[in-house]
Amino acid sequence: MINYDRRSLLKQMLGGSVALVAVSGGFLALPAWAAPTESEWPKEAFSKKKMDEAIETLYGQKPTESDKISLDVPTIAQNGAVVPVTVESTLEKVTSIALFVAKNPFALTASFDIPDGTMPFVSNRLKMAETSDVSALVMADGKLYSTSKNVKVTVGGCGG
Amino acid sequence: MASTIRVRAIASGDVVDFKALLRHPMDSGFVKDSDGKIIPPHYIEIVTVKMGEKTVFTANWGPAVSKDPYLEFKFKGAKKGDAVAVSWIDNKGESDSTTAKIM
Repeated sequence: MINYDRRSLLKQMLGGSVALVAVSGGFLALPAWAAPTESEWPKEAFSKKKMDEAIETLYGQKPTESDKISLDVPTIAQNGAVVPVTVESTLEKVTSIALFVAKNPFALTASFDIPDGTMPFVSNRLKMAETSDVSALVMADGKLYSTSKNVKVTVGGCGG
Repeated sequence: MASTIRVRAIASGDVVDFKALLRHPMDSGFVKDSDGKIIPPHYIEIVTVKMGEKTVFTANWGPAVSKDPYLEFKFKGAKKGDAVAVSWIDNKGESDSTTAKIM
């Protein structure tokens, strides 16, 4: 027969409930503004299959090629499900960066808002369905620029 | 439940290098399960990073972002000891947030 020491059991319960209050207090204290809202997500741009339509929907401009954008991607991606992509730019007043994979079912993969004080740099990992050009679009001082690189994909990233 | 967000934010000079690893299936809606049924799309749509009231970065993601997504960006105007708040919301309305101290 297990003999619970009543005092230590009460102590444990008390300690447990104090911890629970502290944790829930922490959740309660998390300010509402910390959670993003879905209304700003560029739904239409993400639903376009073709890259030029997605760019037009997202930015309302056609890009000009720029050598001031460095796009770092592997030449050959062994795993199309996880392709590292890094973009950096020396353009001034960058407000947005977006990544497109032309041959994906939907060309737009991700877009990033770059506020004042944030560097024009982003690193991410994308899925690529097959060998394709990867494009980085950069909005700088109200004008849209781009650069592209071809990435060979040996095993497609869409899992099919 | 453990947070789905792991942050490593390091100040070097006046630039903070922010790295995060998020835990999320990022299901694209193109993959079938072992019964041949499509696994419905389930992916993070928005990631927001804030310092106090100021948003320092927003990522708008689609289903082509890899599973357990990695994110790195850099920003100025913060120093070691400052707190960053990171949160995400997905296409099902699920969300998570965390705060981390800049090292």
